[in-house]
Amino acid sequence: MATTIPRLHRIDRLGALISAVGAAALVFLPFVVFKANRILPGDPRSLMEVLPTWAGLACQAILILVGVAALGISNPRIRLAAALLGVVVVAMAVASAGNALTPTGNKVVRVAPGSGFWVLVVALGLMATDAITRLRPRPGVRVLLLVLFAAVAGFTLALGAFDNLSVMREYAANAGRFAREGRQHVVLALGSLAAAVIVALPLGIVCHRVPRLRAGILGTLNVIQTIPAIALFGILMAPLGALAAAVPLAAQLGIRGIGAAPAVIALFLYSLLPVVANTDAGLKRVSPAAVEAARGMGMTSWQILTGVELILALPVILTGIRIVLVQNIGLVTIAALIGGGGLGVFVFQGIGQTAIDLVLLGAIPTVALAFSAAVVLDALVEIMDRARQ
Amino acid sequence: MITVENLSKQYGATTVVDSVSMVIERNSISVIVGTSGSGKSTLLRMINRLVEPTSGRVLIDGNDTASEPAHLLRRRIGYAIQSHGLFPHRTVAENIATVPRLLAWDEARVGARVDELLQVFQLDPCEFAGKFPHQLSGGQQQRVGVARALAAEPSVLLMDEPFGALDPIIRAKAQDDLLDIQRRFGTTIVLVTHDMDEAFRLGNRVAVMSHGRVLQYDRPTVLLTRPADPFVSRMTGIADRAMRLLSLTTAGEAAVPGASDGPAIAASASLRDALSELVWRGAESAAVIDADGTPCGRLTVEAILAHGRPG
Repeated sequence: MATTIPRLHRIDRLGALISAVGAAALVFLPFVVFKANRILPGDPRSLMEVLPTWAGLACQAILILVGVAALGISNPRIRLAAALLGVVVVAMAVASAGNALTPTGNKVVRVAPGSGFWVLVVALGLMATDAITRLRPRPGVRVLLLVLFAAVAGFTLALGAFDNLSVMREYAANAGRFAREGRQHVVLALGSLAAAVIVALPLGIVCHRVPRLRAGILGTLNVIQTIPAIALFGILMAPLGALAAAVPLAAQLGIRGIGAAPAVIALFLYSLLPVVANTDAGLKRVSPAAVEAARGMGMTSWQILTGVELILALPVILTGIRIVLVQNIGLVTIAALIGGGGLGVFVFQGIGQTAIDLVLLGAIPTVALAFSAAVVLDALVEIMDRARQ
Repeated sequence: MITVENLSKQYGATTVVDSVSMVIERNSISVIVGTSGSGKSTLLRMINRLVEPTSGRVLIDGNDTASEPAHLLRRRIGYAIQSHGLFPHRTVAENIATVPRLLAWDEARVGARVDELLQVFQLDPCEFAGKFPHQLSGGQQQRVGVARALAAEPSVLLMDEPFGALDPIIRAKAQDDLLDIQRRFGTTIVLVTHDMDEAFRLGNRVAVMSHGRVLQYDRPTVLLTRPADPFVSRMTGIADRAMRLLSLTTAGEAAVPGASDGPAIAASASLRDALSELVWRGAESAAVIDADGTPCGRLTVEAILAHGRPG
């Protein structure tokens, strides 16, 4: 008995924080912001103001139950279910707030999710990811959960449930460009990553094999890493501009002082260090006895490298690639500053127009992309590590 | 037969192996024993050219080992090391199949050989073939390491402290298994160790190395009774050299015609064990029987003691 009673009364610390933050957001922060047009400062509205009384009360009751679950229930399945229920309720509330506050046919007024909404979403998201972590799902299951979540979110968006919310209004106005810049964003991030891996793998192998060069290579890449992105764009602008002017072929290939070329080169340079360092570290981790035995059995250097060393180093190398991919997805945003395109276009355009909804149209998908990339690559690393111990 | 001729290895000004010459007979076990830093591992590794000699040469069955690319040479020579060096990402079967696959054996032959070796090493193929090295005990990993070294039916097997990481009971079993396997496959084995007991137990001939030189290379009995150098006596041990000598002869070899009362002693037992048994019983003599239970004579304490004296 003595051991079971404290467990019943134990309050979950993270749950307490989540409940407190969620409750404060619900009570003190605006759930939505109503604006007469897209650039005017808004008029904050609470949950109870924007929903019919019964719906507002039901909403709050459910969120309180979710808070209780966060506080006192230790079963992670129930916690996950509660968090997801909370997300659904908050999403439904913000969607109906958008519909309720927008006069029919009016394309000018904007209903933007308020800080209360975002804090609630973050708190519930934290609760959900914490529950998933406690469930320790296999890597495949984690990817499946991500796909399911993306499918549900995509389906709901496609149905038009949120069409009266400000971000979706901005989307409706920019749908064609959004698809184009989204594609460009992925191409820039993945393209620079691929180029970096092709160069960084051999460099990492050199670092491992030739200790004399190691300090020089890693030191140089470290210096590159410390250059701020904007400064690097600036540094690249002059030589690439000169190159385009001097070599017509380069200009025809799209290499100019501004645009995608300096963006890709800068991202490529930033990508080198993590992959080179992790390749080096991964190769160091390979058991010297296994390499010695491989040599003793008559494997050639190439067979040892490809059949033993790189395969055993793969989980660490993939961890480096994961770092680079997530980093690149974020950094591509800045490429828009020099005409490189990508979702950053909306961010900077939004800043220029003080239209925060347009900023979000660029920022939210960027965060979602980076998060998804992290989940997928983490799963991949874990699968590799399990198979190869 | 392996012929080592004036083999030397220098790293800068340091001579690690100093003009070693020795002949290792076919179908025998030669043990190179020495303290750490004596150059014994370097000598072994020059046989399969993991270390390239500074001067001198190694002939295997009359062919100079330098006459073919090193990796092709190594595929014909088995190689087992202390920390087994199994590939952690490959199953037991894939590990054992490494050299046969390098030699492009057809898969049926590879599979048959893997099964055969697993059985020889008392590892049930159904249970162990698909396991990964980390799922095995230390003794099992070591056996798989030796099985892998023998996979391509090499005529020569080099072993660098192969049992160094095993606990004493498992090590004794592994040594017995190695003797069985040597008899079964007729492999020429060169084994490096720092453990004199292991050297005496396994070696048909033992080479004692110090500071890069082979001080004496002979049968264990000769090492004990006629040490060529004070260092050899120190290595073989002076206090218990009589007992060591007894451990080199079996009861069957020392038995004389006749019969005796009391429980019999196995012909395969060493004289050291036989003496211990007689002292324990307080008996003067015992009968000796072979593995089939056929009497092969008797053994007296006096006769045993005579075997423990040099000359």
